[in-house]
Order: sequence, then structure tokens, then C-alpha cells
Amino acid sequence: MTVFSAAVQSGARLTPQALAQLLSERILVLDGAMGTMIQAYQLQEADYRGAEFADWPSDLKGNNDLLVLTQPQIISDIHHKYLAAGADILETNSFNATTIAMADYDMSHLSARINREAAALARKACDEFTALTPDKPRYVAGVLGPTNRTASISPDVNDPGYRNIDFDTLVAAYHESTLALIEGGADIIMLETIFDTLNAKAAAFAVLQVFDEIGYKLPVMISGTITDASGRTLSGQTTEAFYNSLAHVEPVTFGLNCALGPDLLRPYVETLSGISECYVSVHPNAGLPNEFGEYDLGAVEMAAEIKDWAAQGFLNIVGGCCGTTPEHIKAISEVVAGVKPRQPKTKSHQFHLAGLEAFSLEW
Amino acid sequence: MQQVRFINIGERTNVTGSARFKKLILDGKFEAALQVARQQVENGAQIIDINMDEAMLDSKAAMVRYLNLLASEPDISRVPIMVDSSKWEVIEAALKCIQGKAVVNSISLKEGEAQFIHQAKLLRRYGAAVVVMAFDEVGQADTKARKVEICQRAYKILVEQIGFPPEDIIFDPNIFAVATGIEEHNNYAVDFIEATREIKKLCPYAKVSGGVSNVSFSFRGNDPVREAIHSVFLYHAIKAGMDMGIVNAGQLAVYDDIPELLRERVEDVILNRRDDATERLLDIAAQFKGDGTVAVKEDEAWRSWPVNKRLEHALVKGITDFIEVDTEEARLQVERPLHVIEGPLMDGMNVVGDLFGEGKMFLPQVVKSARVMKKAVAYLQPYIEAEKAGTGAKAQGKVLMATVKGDVHDIGKNIVGVVLQCNNYEVIDLGVMVPCATLLQKAKELDVDIIGLSGLITPSLDEMVHVAKEMTRLGFTIPLLIGGATTSKAHTAIKIAPNYQHGVVYVPNASRSVSVVQSLISPTQKPDYLARVNDEYRRAVEQHQRARPGEKMLTLEEARDNKFQLDLTKVAPAPKKPGIHIWQDVDLQSLRDFIDWTPFFLTWQLSGKFPAILNHPEVGMEARKLYQDANHMLDLMIGSRKVTGRAIFGLFPANSEGDDIIVYTDESRTTEKHRLYNLRQQLQLRNNVPNCCLGDFVAPASSGVADYIGAFAVSTGFGADEFAAEFAAAHDDYNSIMVKALADRLAEALAEYLHQQVRKDYWGYAADENLDNEALIREAYQGIRPAPGYPACPEHTEKGTLFNMLNVTPEIGLELTESFAMWPGAAVSGWYFAHPDSKYFAVSKIGEDQLADYAQRKGFSQEEAHSWLAPNLR
Repeated sequence: MTVFSAAVQSGARLTPQALAQLLSERILVLDGAMGTMIQAYQLQEADYRGAEFADWPSDLKGNNDLLVLTQPQIISDIHHKYLAAGADILETNSFNATTIAMADYDMSHLSARINREAAALARKACDEFTALTPDKPRYVAGVLGPTNRTASISPDVNDPGYRNIDFDTLVAAYHESTLALIEGGADIIMLETIFDTLNAKAAAFAVLQVFDEIGYKLPVMISGTITDASGRTLSGQTTEAFYNSLAHVEPVTFGLNCALGPDLLRPYVETLSGISECYVSVHPNAGLPNEFGEYDLGAVEMAAEIKDWAAQGFLNIVGGCCGTTPEHIKAISEVVAGVKPRQPKTKSHQFHLAGLEAFSLEW
Repeated sequence: MQQVRFINIGERTNVTGSARFKKLILDGKFEAALQVARQQVENGAQIIDINMDEAMLDSKAAMVRYLNLLASEPDISRVPIMVDSSKWEVIEAALKCIQGKAVVNSISLKEGEAQFIHQAKLLRRYGAAVVVMAFDEVGQADTKARKVEICQRAYKILVEQIGFPPEDIIFDPNIFAVATGIEEHNNYAVDFIEATREIKKLCPYAKVSGGVSNVSFSFRGNDPVREAIHSVFLYHAIKAGMDMGIVNAGQLAVYDDIPELLRERVEDVILNRRDDATERLLDIAAQFKGDGTVAVKEDEAWRSWPVNKRLEHALVKGITDFIEVDTEEARLQVERPLHVIEGPLMDGMNVVGDLFGEGKMFLPQVVKSARVMKKAVAYLQPYIEAEKAGTGAKAQGKVLMATVKGDVHDIGKNIVGVVLQCNNYEVIDLGVMVPCATLLQKAKELDVDIIGLSGLITPSLDEMVHVAKEMTRLGFTIPLLIGGATTSKAHTAIKIAPNYQHGVVYVPNASRSVSVVQSLISPTQKPDYLARVNDEYRRAVEQHQRARPGEKMLTLEEARDNKFQLDLTKVAPAPKKPGIHIWQDVDLQSLRDFIDWTPFFLTWQLSGKFPAILNHPEVGMEARKLYQDANHMLDLMIGSRKVTGRAIFGLFPANSEGDDIIVYTDESRTTEKHRLYNLRQQLQLRNNVPNCCLGDFVAPASSGVADYIGAFAVSTGFGADEFAAEFAAAHDDYNSIMVKALADRLAEALAEYLHQQVRKDYWGYAADENLDNEALIREAYQGIRPAPGYPACPEHTEKGTLFNMLNVTPEIGLELTESFAMWPGAAVSGWYFAHPDSKYFAVSKIGEDQLADYAQRKGFSQEEAHSWLAPNLR
């Protein structure tokens, strides 16, 4: 029998029902890009290493998740900027912090510590802001990223049946991350940038397992990525198929993020909003990257699109992904303030299955 | 009708049910076994049941392997999977490989409630729906009462104790064989049907399924009778509420099509209507025993449809084989030949248009459809003329299209033309290199509704601005469409639109052209649409004008101070074979391995990297067909010598002087023969990256190091336009566009091959290089071959110098237009730089100081310089 820390034993700060209640009342704002903000600091190899990892054998530049240990002040600063811009929910800086992704830096053993610290930093920032404005409580979404390995796609063109990761390994990694995020103080567990639904199913399996073990549930957010104008995830699923494949997790929100700017993402947001029996979250990129790999869509333009989505009743949670900044989040939070949130579809008992495409039968 | 709701589950991918599938799996022929699944889906299976329960097999490993392979077959894995096993460990292993929402077949109360609950909870966590077999601790349910009792008990446990969604529960109340000769079996079908009715009533939202072929087990070897039994059984079971069944989707008789005698006797058996039902069915069974199925091949079945349906089918599938016969038949049925076009043919094209609009057809298919349409119309033409009554089918509007003066590229324009014609617009195509005056004169003369301009090279952008200005001057009021590879929304908004007030619209691709033209032709939609476009352009202009964060223009002097520092110790050795070389007749066959296919698919609006695109979930199948057609066409082009390729190239002593490169008459390096003028990057780059100029990659004259430069021009377009025109004349745009697109690919392949030969042999600085095609495409080699008019040397007139240096036109017949486009268009020219540090870069924006400096060096007037460098000025 595992003995959980006091933080875990104290139970959910935010129940799924409580978050659902909030979302039925107003549109909540998620923060924006972490990577884009970190880039602006132009950190060098030595900055990433800090004192603790000065002699680490592999290169660490680019290991953004490690910064929660080596440059916690920078991560806290970024969190503060987003909160000041009006974000209700902060995403933890743990996108690549699973044991699997950390293996690139030979740092798998640090996975739990990084996740825990990432959650703790966001927790502290949220608590500070909530204390200042108790009528606008801030929440921590503990982020589970997609990892750099894909359970449904072969990395070997000569053997389409080959896989370099399996479900059980993914479950073990996500289990460790999830528990650490909760220990660090996460209010919500968020599976984001899902480009292979099988990876996400493994993550969800782990999350549900953790909930079983700790004896209570946190709200779950699920957010998939439509990779291009084909309207499919990288592993080939349509928006509807993606939804059907993960609906069993009973998340509080279903959503889409990354890859596209709001203009190209819109049809899929509309589709999701049209079918989802959960609340809907979206955090698009600031447009597509230009020839320099930078994102050009300004805060005002992006907010204009988001405003229309809100007016159309597509949204419950909105924020930004790659290329967005506190300026974007501020503009977005201003345009959605006071707009009536979307109400989820009522439960229909329709029968849904999915391959790459959705199979649904009216009953 | 209830039957519509019935879900077909494909049964052939089952080692216990299909001997063929079993053999393939046991022999380890997994690839071939995938075909079985594919056929099931093609035959209408909406879910595929996969079963690997075989004693001789490592069922778990076989299941995992098969599912992982299946995941890479998008035309199969688009449908959900039913994991069929009696072994829990196989089921779990399978669910760990499936990204979609699957159905598990099955679990039951056989081992008691505890295990049932444990398994059901896990299935929920894996996100699967479940088939529950009517089986409990006592045994398998055979009577109606036992079936209902067990299913209801399972339902309560699942829904009330575990919270399993009732809609995800599917009961299998066991279909057993009838007509076995054992009296107790006679009521099995009735038990199933009646139990189904009751279960559906007692268990809201739950479904009923079953393995249908069991019921006819006693008639093994007599497929017609078996099919009749299945069909009759399903007819009644579905009426009672059966939702889905595991069936051979390709082999289901239609209830009404069963001969009456057979149907009646089968019905007696299924419904247990008489004691002697089995004997009576046996009596007649032999007469119906044929060689199996009523084998109408799908390919030919459509030939028996009514003629209008046949025309639609031919249009949608792009089949030209019967189009004249069918068109003739349709003509005889209508009053006037024109009615065939306005009726069935246009109806068929509307179906094509809708499917394309919905993303269910792709561009190559649409172009094939157009080929069918054109052949049909061509067939009718003499009759229409003979009648002298009509002036042709009434088109929705007239669109005049042209590639602008100085430009020869027309593949994209031709595709847009075809797509518009498919949507019932009259398209008048003036071809390539069309002077503005001719274009506008024709527009007036023919009273067209829209003008569309196309161009690929940057000078064409200026020509488009010129056309817009002329349209204003001449008082035109019709909209102007802009398309082609170098055009963009920003350029259209900033440079073209302000010159013409009656609508300038940038069209990013062929599929968009239809909606744009539609909006512009409809008098009601047009004002709104143009207002929206203008609004969009206003924003594009604003966005462009906002300075890019951190973008700073250096002075030319600062940029030169930050030049690329050439490592003089690494300058390449002297060429082994200096001077000019000519290949008058290139072996095109050997170039095929050098083709970079990715851009070819892009031409047809199928985007994705080759070869992965051949297995793309959505466009994979079309991509494979296109690839096959392309290879056939290459066989033809090369085999019949319809097109030929030529190349000319030379390697010369050279040194740099400032930004310029001097090409000497000979190795003494005393006399300057040519001077190449280059532009330098002038925007400040991040992290102190140098501001490059091609001159930086050649050793300076002052260094005393002997360096060299190469130049080349190749084309595989000789004969291509003529060959394409042959197809166009036969109303075959598909192959006409194909020829041109392939000629372009061959030209690129020739350039790639030639560069390799230069590196390894003629210049010989990389004699040991050994790279495969993919590495070549990634440009993993030493040295670069930038082309005038492209980002590293964007000023097109330098191509004139290149052509002079090599004496290109007299030697190989490749020409330059006044805009410096090469003719024939399937051509590539450029410079060779050998230094290992030389790299591709984009000059991007330059300042007024460099503009003036360049004009002075090159002997341009201010105006000429402005015009040729327009794309690089702010």
C-alpha cells in the first residue's frame, strides 16, 4: 500500500463538479505559451545547467522543464505575468517532464521531482494572486504532454508494425507524473497537445488509476491537436473520432490546442462544440510560424477571432499555445469577459465508436 | 426502415471462421492477411471483428502484430475494431494497440461476478464498448428465458454497480445452429429472436448482436442456401431489435431476392413453423446448390444501371471506357442533344463538385472526371451543331484566364481551368506569355465576367500590377483574380488591389477558385464578398506595415562588415574538367531515381511527404493511383521519346571582388570575361549570424587563392508542350497536366543528377560522395546550386549573364523571355559554388543604399533597379 504525502491525502481542492459549476457561469481564461516566453530570456547552456547540473554529461540547453529546478525565478515570473494578464488557470511547466521525454537528457529519474516542482511553482503563484483577488480564484492545471514517442505510428518506414514505445511503459511514466503533479499542488490534470490518441489513452489510463489509488478525482482537461488542414490528428483521427475515443475519461473539458492559429482551427472548434457533452477548451497558436519560425498573429487580431468564438457560444475555457504572450492573454481575457459561456450538450445515450473516423449511430 | 440501422461487422478476419485467413496468419503472411480486412471494409463492413484464437498460434503476439500493421492502413483502420477473443490477456493486449474506441467481444458471467466486474471496470478504463455473452456460472443460455435472465442480470451489474454507460453494452444472446436434425435445436432461432425483443425492452440503450453464420451451420457447403438462411434470420431478428451482427459483408442475399420456394422453406425453419421444416428444406436445398455466390463483379455491376446513373458513375469514377456508348444512349432518350449536357452530365458533375467540396474527392479524381465530361461533350458537339439550335450549354459565367507576359508556367492555371469547368463555368484560356493588351482586348470582345491571372516567377508580379492599372484606365468593372506560386495575399493586398477598384482577389489554390468565382458572379453575394475581401486586405496591409519585432535594416556598409568569413584553407581544388560541356540527349530513364516526388503531389493538391503520402489516411489511396498514373506516363514520355532533355554547364576560374564575382577568360586570371552581381542580406540577423552574399563563398581576388565557379542550364521540356497539347486536343486535361508536371520533375531531377556528376566527376571535389536520393533531396552534399530569381540571388536579369556565359540558347535551344523566364518551362539554371561552407540563404529585404549601389554596379537606371528588385524592397 502506497503511503501518500499530506498534500495528496488532503483531497481535491477543486472537484470536477465545482469546476463544471464555474464553467457554467463564466468563460475561464487559460495562460499562454511557456516556451515562447522562455525563449525571450535567451538562456544559454550554463543557465539551463545551474549549479546543480553544472557537470551533467549531456547538453541541457532546451530542456525547458528542467528550469523549474535551475531557474525557478524565471518560471515564476512567467506565471506571474500570465496571472497579471488575467489568466484564471496556469499550466505547469511540465510538458516534457515524463520519464520518457526526460530520457533524452538522461534525466528520467528527475521526472517526479520536476513535475512536483512545476506544480509547486504554479501553486505558489496562483495562491498569491488568489489572496489579492479572492473573488477571482486562480487554478493550477498539471500538464501531461504527449511525450516524444508515439504508440500508434511506426518510426521505421520498412516495418509499419514496429513501435518504439508501448502502452504499459506510457502508463507507468504518466502515473509517476500525475501523482507528482498532485503532490505539488495541481488542481486539474490536463492532457494536452494530443497528436496520438493511443498515447493519450495510456495517459488517461494512468490518471484514472491514480484517482483510484488516492481515493478522489481531480477535474481532467483533454486537449487534442489537429495537425493541419486535413482536419486530422497526426495519428490520423478526425475531431469526432478523437472525441469518441477519449469520452470514457469523462473529462470536465474537451478541447483543441496547438498546430494551427485560430483561423484554421475554427472549423474543428465548431465541430467539437457541436458534439461535446463536456465543456470546451481551446488554446490555439498565434497563427502559423513564418519563414523564421516565429508567430506573427498579434494579440488584437487573435482576440478578435476569439471574441467571435465566444459570441458564437463555442467556448468555456480559452487561452493560447505557441507564440502567444501575456499581451495575447490580456486581450483575450478582455474580449471574453462577461460573454455567456457555452452550455454542454445534454447526455444523449447515442452509441459511438471510432477508428480513424467516428462511427455514430442515432438511437 | 429499421434495416438501415443494422450494423455489419466483418467476420472474415477470424482464424476460427476463415480457413484462408487462418492459413495466412499461421504462415506469417500478415501483409496478405491485411487484404482480407481491406476487402471486408470495401464490401461494407462498418466494424471489423478480429480473432486470433487458434491453438497453433501465439494469439497475443499475432493480435498485437496484426493490429499494429492495421494501424498503418488508413483505408482499413478508418473503421472501428471489434477485438474478438475468449482470452482476457489477448483482449487487454489488443486494447493497448488501438487508438480508436473499440468493441470487446466478449466477457461474461461464466467465471462469476467478481471477475466480470473486474474486467468490465478495466474495459471502461481502456475506453471500449463491450459485448456480453449470455453465459453464466451454470452455462450458456439456450432458451429465451435463460438468455433474458442472464442479460438482465449483467445489465444491472454493469449499469448500477459500475456505472458502465448502457449504450456501450452489447448483448450476444447466442445464435445456435438450426435444422440439425435434433428436435431440441428447432426453436433456437425463435429463442434468439424473442429474447432479443425482450432484452431490448428490459435494458434501455443496450444493443443486441450475434454471430449470424452459426445459424446455418448444418448447410455447410451450400452457400446459396446458407445465405438465404442468414438473410431470413436477420430479416426477423432485426425486426425484433437486433442491432448488429457478425456477417460476411460481401455475401448477404437480399430478402426479397430469394426465390420464393426457398424463402418459404427457410422461413419455416427459422420460425419453427412446422415439424417437418428441416426435411422440406433439405429436399430442395440441392437444387439451389450452385458454385456459391451470385458472382456479379462489382466492376461490371454498374453497367446494368439506368443510363443516367451510368453517366454519373462514369463521371464520379473517371471512367472513359463506355462514355461514348452511354452518351449516345442518353442522346436517343432526349429531345435535343443539349439536354444530355444540361441533364445527366451536369447532374453528374454536380455530384463531383459536391464530393470535392466535401473533401470526399481529391483533385486528380476531379480532373479525371473532367476528362470524361469533355469526351461526352465532344461526342455530342456534332449533333448540337447539326441541330443549329443551341449556342451551347448555358454556363454560369465566363472566366478568361492567362499566364501573364514574360511567364511560361501554366500547370496551376490549367488545373484551375479544369476545376472551374467542372463547376459549369465557361473558361477561355489564352495560354502563356499573354500580353496585357491582348488579354484586355479579348476580355472586352468576349464579354467575360472575370479575368484570372497566373504567374510563377517574381517579375510576373509587376506584370499583374500593370494589368490592374490598365483595367482601371480602360474602365473595366469585372473582378480580377490573382494566382500562382509567387503571388500572395500580402502582395495582392499591398501592390495590386490598390490599383483597381472593382475587386482584386487572391486565390490560394484551385479548390478555392470555385467558391471565389461563385461569390463574384452572383450579383447578390458579390458586394458582401468584396467587402469582406477588402476588409481582409486592409488587415493584411496593417499587419505587414507593423514592423516585425526586432527587424532592423543595417546600412549596406554595416552588412558588408558582417560578411561571411570564408575559410580559405577549405577552397575546393581546381576542376578536373574545366570549360563548357554539353549533353544533347540525356538518358531520361536514368533520371527517374532522382525525382523528388513530394512537389509533384503538391501540384495535384495532395500535400504530404513522399513516400509517406502513399499511406496517408485520407489521400493515400488517391496518391497511390496518381503515382501509378505518373509512372505509366513517364514510361510513355521516355519510351516513345516524346520528350528529350538537354544540359549545358561550365566550370570557370573566378574570384570575388567585394560583392561581385569575376569570371576570368583563363587561368592566368588577368582578363575579366563576365561579372556576376550579387545582393547581400541587409536585415540584422539574430545571434550575430553573418549577412551573406553569394560573393562571400568565392575566394577574393586579393587573397591570391585560385577559385572557381560553375554555371548550368538544363531542360527536359523539349517536346513536352507538344505532347501535352496532343492530350488537351483529345479532351484529356488529366494527362495534359500530367505531362507538364512530370517534365518539371524531370528537369529538377536532371539538375540534381548533373550537380552530382559535377561534384563527383567534372569538378571532382567530392569524388567519394555516396548519397541516396533522400539525402540528395535534403541537400546533404557539399556545395550549392542557387538559381537566379530565387532567394539567394533574386534578381532575374543575372540569368541573362548565365545564358551568355554558356551560350545556352544557340547550343541547346533553351530560351529566355523578356521577363527572364526559361522556355520551355521545364528548365532549371543556376550557379555552382563548391566551398564546403557555402549555403543557401534568402537575401530578403534590402535598403535604399544597396539598391543604389547595385544599380550603379550593374548599370541600371534607378527605375530599372526598382522594377527588377521590387520584391526585395520594403
